[in-house]
Amino acid sequence: MILKKIVFNVNGVAAVRGFSDYVKRDLQLAYRSLGDTVAPLIFFTMVCTLVPLGLSPDTQRLSEVAPSMLWIMALLSTLLSIERIFIHDYEDGSLEQLLIAPQLIEIPILGKIVAHWLVTGLPLTLMSPLLGLMLSLPGSAYPALLLSLAIGTAYLSAVGAVGASLTVSLGRGGLLLPLLVVPLYMPIIIFGTATVTFAVDAMQWLGPLAAMGAMLCAAIALCPLAAAAALRFSSI
Amino acid sequence: MAMGSTKWQWFYRLGSPRWFYEISGRWLPWLVCATIILLGVGLFWGLALAPPDARQGHSFRIIYLHVPASLLALAGYYIMAVTGAVGLIWRIKMSFMLMKSAAPIGAALTFMALFTGAVWGKPSWGTYWVWDARITSMLILLFLYLGVLALQRAFTSVEAGYRASAILALVGTVNIPIIYKSVDWWHTLHQPATLKLTSASSIHTDMLEPLVVMVCGFYVFYVLALCLFTRSEIVQQESATAWVKALATSESRT
Repeated sequence: MILKKIVFNVNGVAAVRGFSDYVKRDLQLAYRSLGDTVAPLIFFTMVCTLVPLGLSPDTQRLSEVAPSMLWIMALLSTLLSIERIFIHDYEDGSLEQLLIAPQLIEIPILGKIVAHWLVTGLPLTLMSPLLGLMLSLPGSAYPALLLSLAIGTAYLSAVGAVGASLTVSLGRGGLLLPLLVVPLYMPIIIFGTATVTFAVDAMQWLGPLAAMGAMLCAAIALCPLAAAAALRFSSI
Repeated sequence: MAMGSTKWQWFYRLGSPRWFYEISGRWLPWLVCATIILLGVGLFWGLALAPPDARQGHSFRIIYLHVPASLLALAGYYIMAVTGAVGLIWRIKMSFMLMKSAAPIGAALTFMALFTGAVWGKPSWGTYWVWDARITSMLILLFLYLGVLALQRAFTSVEAGYRASAILALVGTVNIPIIYKSVDWWHTLHQPATLKLTSASSIHTDMLEPLVVMVCGFYVFYVLALCLFTRSEIVQQESATAWVKALATSESRT
């Protein structure tokens, strides 16, 4: 019994270390290829500039579409970068090393998802008030925008990791990946835009935000399992 | 031990493509007959004998294609996911073959449901397309099917294609209830006041009976199509085995 406990504790410590090691490693890698890391953020800004050019610079009309536009742009920016979560590891062979190592691979995968969110989702969230300002989003909506994007982009990273793991061995997965992942993203964009729109209309916006939180919890629990299963067959 | 092996024998036999090919070959004539009879009777009954609707006139008759297609489009996704799961868990190739065959049939049925819905929508609500909750969910279901289809065909290794699309089908299955609930909620949020789809749902028995026949007919047709697709998949994948070669030579001789 005691022995079991010790073994469990040792495994627990190893698992936590695997998680934080992979977060650190992926953050370091992101820092070293800064151009790739910043590209989704620049894309986010540039596409937001297209909205007034394509629609109208009229502040009234812009503020009407701002919540949905910001959310769609954030989704597309995440989609642009999600392939990178496994592709470099696959190419340089470190993914294979991870797969043959005698440990759970779900924990390192969760670490990679968290690192991806820290590098893509979190900066997008932090930048969104600036773009909201440019799209004349009403002032009452900023807390909802920040919170919904923070939770929502984490969900996008987790579900996107499953798509990325399915297509990693294809090489030309960049074209296929959005096709697989976008249908799965549809619920989160419904709740995400609803949260911000409710806040604009001065309504209670905690409801849809709570639904997003629940979806994120489910995604954190299930997505590493699915991604691990997909990576195991892609290496054979 | 011997008892155990006979108990599971039927299960292992299911996993043999050759066994499935032979047994489904024996089913095919029956399935074809049942499909023709059920669909023929259902269509004639529904299109010619059933009384016209009081408000929609004859245009309501498209229900006899629309409802069975939508039902099977959704059921087909679960069939695909379940066969994919069985393939992943017990590593049964036969199950993967069924899953691969279920995808194009399901996608076609989903498209048919959307298309007949649009054709029906024009005379009864004056528009081909509305962002109704159920229509939007069906569209997302079509996207899910297309994703599975694209992934199946993307891999050079057949085995990898099977497994990848099975995992995607399972991920989609977990998401389908979430998608349905969220789209439903989204729709009540943006409820357009102009039309309602859910009203007038009480259907007269004279109209219901042919519909039941059509639903049964579509189910039999689905099984038939699944058998045919799976048989062609078996012949393709097992073309190196002796029995398929023997089959090919015997068929070219006759």
